[in-house]
Formats: sequence, structure tokens, C-alpha cells
Amino acid sequence: MAGQTTSDPTQTRRSSRGAPTAWRPVGVWLARRAASAVFVLWAVATLIFVAIRLIPGDPAEAIMGGPGSQASAEALESARVDYGLDRPVGVQYLTLLGHLATGNLGTSYSLKIPVSEVLAAQLPGTLGLAVGAWILAWVVALGLALYSGLGGRGASAVGSALEIAAASVPHFWLGSVLVLLFSSAWRWLPPVSNGTVAGLVMPIVTLALPLAGFLGQVMRESMVTALNSPFALSARARGESEAGVVLRHALRHAALPGVALSGWALGSLVSGAVVVESIFARPGLGRTLLEAVTLRDVPLVTGVALVSALAYVVVMALSDLAERLIDPRIRGR
Amino acid sequence: MTPVSSTMSSLPGPFPRGPGPRRRPGPRRRPGPRRWPGPGVILPALAATTACFLVLAAVVPWWLAPTDPLAIDPGAAFSSPSLSHWFGTDESGRDLYSRVVHGARPSLLIGAAATALGLGLALVLGLASGLGGRWLDAGIGRLVEVMLALPGLLLALVFIALAGPGVSTTIVAVGLTTAPGYARIIRSQARALRGSAMIESARVLGHHPAKILFRHLLPNALGPVLVLATLGVGQAVIWASALSFLGLGEAPPAPEWGAMLAAGRTYLGSAWWMTFFPGLTIVATAAASTVLGRSLQRRAVGA
Repeated sequence: MAGQTTSDPTQTRRSSRGAPTAWRPVGVWLARRAASAVFVLWAVATLIFVAIRLIPGDPAEAIMGGPGSQASAEALESARVDYGLDRPVGVQYLTLLGHLATGNLGTSYSLKIPVSEVLAAQLPGTLGLAVGAWILAWVVALGLALYSGLGGRGASAVGSALEIAAASVPHFWLGSVLVLLFSSAWRWLPPVSNGTVAGLVMPIVTLALPLAGFLGQVMRESMVTALNSPFALSARARGESEAGVVLRHALRHAALPGVALSGWALGSLVSGAVVVESIFARPGLGRTLLEAVTLRDVPLVTGVALVSALAYVVVMALSDLAERLIDPRIRGR
Repeated sequence: MTPVSSTMSSLPGPFPRGPGPRRRPGPRRRPGPRRWPGPGVILPALAATTACFLVLAAVVPWWLAPTDPLAIDPGAAFSSPSLSHWFGTDESGRDLYSRVVHGARPSLLIGAAATALGLGLALVLGLASGLGGRWLDAGIGRLVEVMLALPGLLLALVFIALAGPGVSTTIVAVGLTTAPGYARIIRSQARALRGSAMIESARVLGHHPAKILFRHLLPNALGPVLVLATLGVGQAVIWASALSFLGLGEAPPAPEWGAMLAAGRTYLGSAWWMTFFPGLTIVATAAASTVLGRSLQRRAVGA
């Protein structure tokens, strides 16, 4: 046996350290990510459940038509029984966890239909908007970083000013100004989203520009640091052109902080979607959330929060993968 | 700062300098031709001027705008910008310039209060996490992770859904929204400081932990926190006006920027100035806070 294995080193490597070791880290990584996802979802549900009990206000009122409803005492009482609000807090909490574990998000107070149905109907619109805006933001931010990386000090200054301006513009104002220019003054684009491609342009641009400003700032900074580093100098000494240094070496460094900020970017997109969908009268999760908040529809708010938290966990896992892909230094870990 | 530097200078040998007092900003000799001052000077100067005007508007608005921001003049409703009404008038004929100027106080106060709340919460969480034991660190880290998983406006909206809309809710909501990000930054800085030679030597000298915290750690944390606050106020103003814009913050008759935008939304097609000018003021505020914060940051790092 011993002679066999030493005579064939490749065989040894494959049999003792092959597939299992290559796959074990992936399994560990997946398990850790899944555990973290379950934890975050549990914590979000628990935090909201606890907060509802801490803050004064009667959920039964929200069920019967929101704050200020003139529902009778009997109607409130029957609503409480219907939604299980008359049972002890511990039982309510365990029921909630049990329902969540089986994928049951409860019934919306205001719409009186299952929360999962509402979410399934509203998710695609928001997802399309967010993905479109994310891509546009990356293109603009990378473009700005490349422009200032290749264009010297003057270009860097212009890029920096543009980024600060973009990052300082609130979604709600940018959206309004775009509507003023492109719908009211020039009549190029429809002021509300009507399902056409033209109706999608302004919402995506509104959502993307502030994000592009933030991403551009960190990307440019990282690009400049990379261009001043010893490895860039040695690449230049090898005779690499400046464009080659930027594209082949510095671009990775510029992209890294952008990838690391993905979780935060998702937050910016979700927050922005609430405003953008409201301005452009687009159906979606953001507008659903806003209506649910106004009506104090707790199950629906919890549902949107859980979907968003799940998206955050998934995006964090993907950005971890992307970082490994871009940065060879952390691949072994 | 004195105890820090005296501890440093009494140390023998070439200890690495911790993030204590840095070299003073001043003229540094640079080889080669004189550099064009460039945006490195122009942008901060512009930002400082904007900030001065904003503070002036918040403290003594009647100096800049003597007209009553709530005075109704139905005959002059929806006037476009002119010499008598620089920013035009709204649906009740109220002067928008005056309203924007008088709106500086509530808007900036909400932004500053939210930032103070967020930073205060983050300071407690970050220091406890950075200086406490492993379990405390892990626990707070998880809490911050969960808060980050509920992004920005969503956390604020969930809080408003539970507590009901209003100005104080807005402040708490925006403060809660910004706290986890700050907490991460403060934690990492507390970690770095804790491992520095300065703190180590103070510990070896047998100083009480409370003394180390209040005389060494907090004074050194103050600079970065002030930078964060300067950077954060602009974003907090944006968050707070977003909530008013969505109808969940200050209500429209009040001269608050977000509320003014919400009121202008109805008349977007006919009276663009009702949306344009309050929004421009918010943009200027946020940009000034970013530029000032970043130049403070550069100065603190000595770059």
C-alpha cells in the first residue's frame, strides 16, 4: 500500500486530499451562510414582535381600518380573536415562529389576503427596478473611476465633484426634477410608469445616480491608491502603458470596495425604491411598504422587512463570492 | 490631549506612534512646480460658505428673510420667481424664499438631533463592542448585522409603522437608521486604539480602566466622531426630508424642507419652483456636509 501511494503521487493527492477537501470548505461556507440567514430572519421577526408589544397602540384598530377607525368594541374583540391577538404573548410568539418556519407570513390587516400573495405580486417590479439601477450605478461609477484614473489630476477633480453632487441629490428631488424636464417641459418620457421601456428610464436613473455617486467615490479613491502603489510602478517599469496599468491592475482594486459595499448598496436601493415607486406611481414592494406603514399593517410590514433581510443575506453571500473571484489574495481563506 | 502626549514622550525607544496627535497642518515643502490650488481649496471654501449661510439662516432667519414664512397672500398664489418673490410663492401665496430660509432651523435641528442620537447609540455600541470581552463583541456584532439587514428607510419605516408618524419619531427613526454603520466604524477604531502602544503603556503603568477610557480613548475617538457627524448631518437631513416627503414627518404648513417638497409635489406640472428650490437647498446642505466632512477627515489623517 505504502509503496503504491508513493510511486504515484497524483493518485495519493487525489485519494487523500482530493474531492473531500475541495468541497468541505464550500459546505462549511454554505452552512455558515444558511445559519446566518436563519438567524437574521429570526432576529428581524423577533425584534418587530417585541417592538409591537413595547409601543402603545392596539393592533385590532389597524385591522378594523387603521388609526381613528370608529369600530365598535365587539368588532375589535372579534378581530382580536380572528388574528389570535387575545392569546398570551408567549403563545403568539411561538405561533408566529411556527408559521414563519412553514413559510406562512400571516394575513395582511388592511388587504385581508395572505402576505405571501401580496409579496409575490409586488416583488418582480421592484426587483427589475433595483437590478436595472444597480447595473447602471456600477457602469457610471466604474466609468467615473476609469475617467479619473486615466485622465490625470484635472479629471480626478471633475470626477470627485460629480460624485459628491450625485451622492448629495436625494431620490425624491432628482425624480421630481427629471419629471419636470423630460415629461413636463420636453415631453420625451411618460411621467408615470406605464409598463413600457420608456416608463422605466426615469425610475432607474433616479434610483441609480445617488448610488453611483457613493460607489464612484470609494472606487476612485481605491483606484488612485492602486495607481500610486509599488506594483503599479513595477508594471510601468516593465513597459506597460498607463491604460494597461489601469485596466489590467488598478481596475480590480477599484471594483473591490464597490463589491464590499453591496449590502449597503442594496439598502440604498430598497430605501430609494420606496421613494421612486411613490413618485412614478409604480406598483412594487416599496409602495406596498409605504401603504402598509401608513395603515400600520404589521404583518405586511414584517413580510417586506423579512424579504428585504433575506435579500441582504443573499447579496452578502454573493458579494463574498465575487470578492474571492476578483481578489486572489483572499481566495485561500 | 496632554496626558496622551506625555505618556508617548516618556516612552523609551522607537515605539510606533498610535493614532494620537498628528503632525500639525501647515506648509509642507513639495518639490517641483507650484501646484494649482484646484478643487482641494475651492470645494471646501464653497462648502464652508454654504454652511455659514445655513447656520445663519437657522439662528437668525429674519436677517436673511424679513418676510413672514406663514403669511398668506391668496392674490399672489403660484407666482413664479421674480424680484419680489425670489423663489416664487406657493398655493396660498406664501413667499418660498422666506420659507426655505426659515425652514433651515427645523430641518437642520432634525438632522442634527438624529445624527447626535445615532452617533450616541453607536458610540455606546461601538465602544462596548470594541473594548468589551469576546461575547459582548459577538452579541453586539450580531445586533448590528441585523440592523444593517433592515436597510435605511426600511428600518425607519418599520419604526414609524409601530410608533406612528411625527417629528420625534422621525428623529428616532433616522437616528436608528444611521447608528449601525457608525457603530461598525467606531468599533474598528476602538479595536485599533486598544492595541496601540499608548493604551498598552497606560495599562502597564497601572492606570484604572475608567481613567484610560476617559482620558485616552475618548479624546482620541472625538476627532473621528466629529468627522462622522459632519459627514452624517447632510445624509440625516436627506433621510428626514424623505420621510416628510412621503407624508410621515413634519406636516406641510410648517416651513420644513421635506414638507415643502411634499406640498410642491401636487403642483409639479404647474409650479416647478415649489419643488425645485427647497430640493436644491437640501442638495446644497448635503454636499456641503460631505465636502467639509471629507476635508476634516483628510486633515485628521494627515494626508
